[in-house]
Amino acid sequence: MNAVVMGLTLRGLLGRRRSLLLVILPVLLLLLAALIRWASGGEVRSSVHLTNEFALGTLLPLMCLLIGTGVIGSEIDDGSIVYLLAKPVPRRTILWSKLVIAWAAALVFAVLPIVAAIEIAGDDGGRLGAAYGVAAALAAIAYTAIFVALSVVTRNAVIIGLLYALLWETVLGGYVPGVRNVSVRQWALAAAERILGDRATVWGVTSEVSLTAALALLAFATIGAVVLAVRRLQTLRLTSAD
Amino acid sequence: MSTLVLDSVSRWYGNVVAANDVTMTIGPGITGLLGPNGAGKSTLIAMMGGFLAPSAGSVTLDGAPVWRHPEIYRAIGLVPETEAMYDMVTGWQFVVANARLHRLPDPEGAARAALETVEMMDAKDRDIATYSKGMKQRVKMATALVHDPSVLLLDEPFNGMDPRQRLHLMDLLRRLGEEGRTVLFSSHILEEVEEIAGTIEVLVAGRHAASGDFRRIRRLMTERPHQYTISSSDDRRLAAAIIADGSADTVDLSAGNLAVQAPDFGRFVHALPRLARDSGVRLFEVSPADESLESVFTYLVAR
Repeated sequence: MNAVVMGLTLRGLLGRRRSLLLVILPVLLLLLAALIRWASGGEVRSSVHLTNEFALGTLLPLMCLLIGTGVIGSEIDDGSIVYLLAKPVPRRTILWSKLVIAWAAALVFAVLPIVAAIEIAGDDGGRLGAAYGVAAALAAIAYTAIFVALSVVTRNAVIIGLLYALLWETVLGGYVPGVRNVSVRQWALAAAERILGDRATVWGVTSEVSLTAALALLAFATIGAVVLAVRRLQTLRLTSAD
Repeated sequence: MSTLVLDSVSRWYGNVVAANDVTMTIGPGITGLLGPNGAGKSTLIAMMGGFLAPSAGSVTLDGAPVWRHPEIYRAIGLVPETEAMYDMVTGWQFVVANARLHRLPDPEGAARAALETVEMMDAKDRDIATYSKGMKQRVKMATALVHDPSVLLLDEPFNGMDPRQRLHLMDLLRRLGEEGRTVLFSSHILEEVEEIAGTIEVLVAGRHAASGDFRRIRRLMTERPHQYTISSSDDRRLAAAIIADGSADTVDLSAGNLAVQAPDFGRFVHALPRLARDSGVRLFEVSPADESLESVFTYLVAR
């Protein structure tokens, strides 16, 4: 990893106007959690509903998309990545440095707010928060890696990522049962289900896949995305439209 | 001293050929890569800088392949055409970051030297976002020079510069060339290239059209007379003066204005204002009729 790349990446991620979204979306979640607490009086099932539908289903992929494209996509789009690439630094190192920043940002701006939201909306002694915290962290690792890879592979990463996050994970996942097996969200939920044990069924935290399969698939997706991203960065084509 | 060698390099995007079997050797000194827009200059520079794989052929720097070989960037300094930089840091921070990425022993010292070379020390503590186009160009130059590279690749470095900045950059490039560095820059403006480049490589429609000493190429080009269309207060009297002066071969008044063919561009453009003044004629418009680089290049290619 390279401290200079990490520093520039962090400045780039937080320095642009769209970094405001990184704050606005979590604040929205916390406000929603407060509203639900007020309406349901801290009932755990409402908290689960909020987390499943909004936090894990929509907010987390969106945040990871913002972060994943923010750490590398915008630099590839405007061409400024040339200043990092035209250096005697292995491209692998550049990608890892950016990915670590992305993961850290996802933890701070997405995973922690989700845990906080659960505590606000209603929890049973922190059990739900811990279980969903682990699930959100796992999902964030995979989502971020996937969206970083997507940014390196295509200049339409934001559009494709949005379609994936909104259509695949949310809409299709809701109607087509098979789709749910191929979903980062379902894989991550398997971890939450296991951690909660017997309470999982009571609270309605269920996943479509078994824990072993889920962890294997998460690892496969993450590693696959990283390998793809490194490869594509090594042969990234950088030319203006001459 | 470094030499960049392109050996039968071609690059195509689908059906479009951007570079067609280009072979050239770029050695120490200043080389100008000249060609009309769309000739493939940026494609060629991207391949020289290791940002694009040749579809066929090879690009090597002192014998080592450039593609997928980040180590070459110890020797190469790159000034890209894109204007985007890391807007949220200051010029100083950005150049120091570049020096650190090169793992220089004294990044601050190298950054200071590079910023002094491009005369940007005064504005170094401002955010890059606040810089003018010319200042950005100079900071780009500083990032390329910070590790003291033996090869400098510049893609359209004069674009968007005002005349003063242009002169300054020309001086700087000239100095770098005299120090024995291999400096290559692209441009679509003949006069820029002619001004500083010892060697010119002409690229037309992806093909390597001409190469060598600019005087030789220039001579090739002037075999075709330059044509001008002039409108003035008294075309007929001006035509007589021009013919009498001998700075043009042919004058033609039949098209309603004055058309002139001059074999020697430099002589004619200097003579015309003098002739007009001496004969009391006011010039309204002087426009080159076939002076587009495109037509000159086409002519070169057709040879």
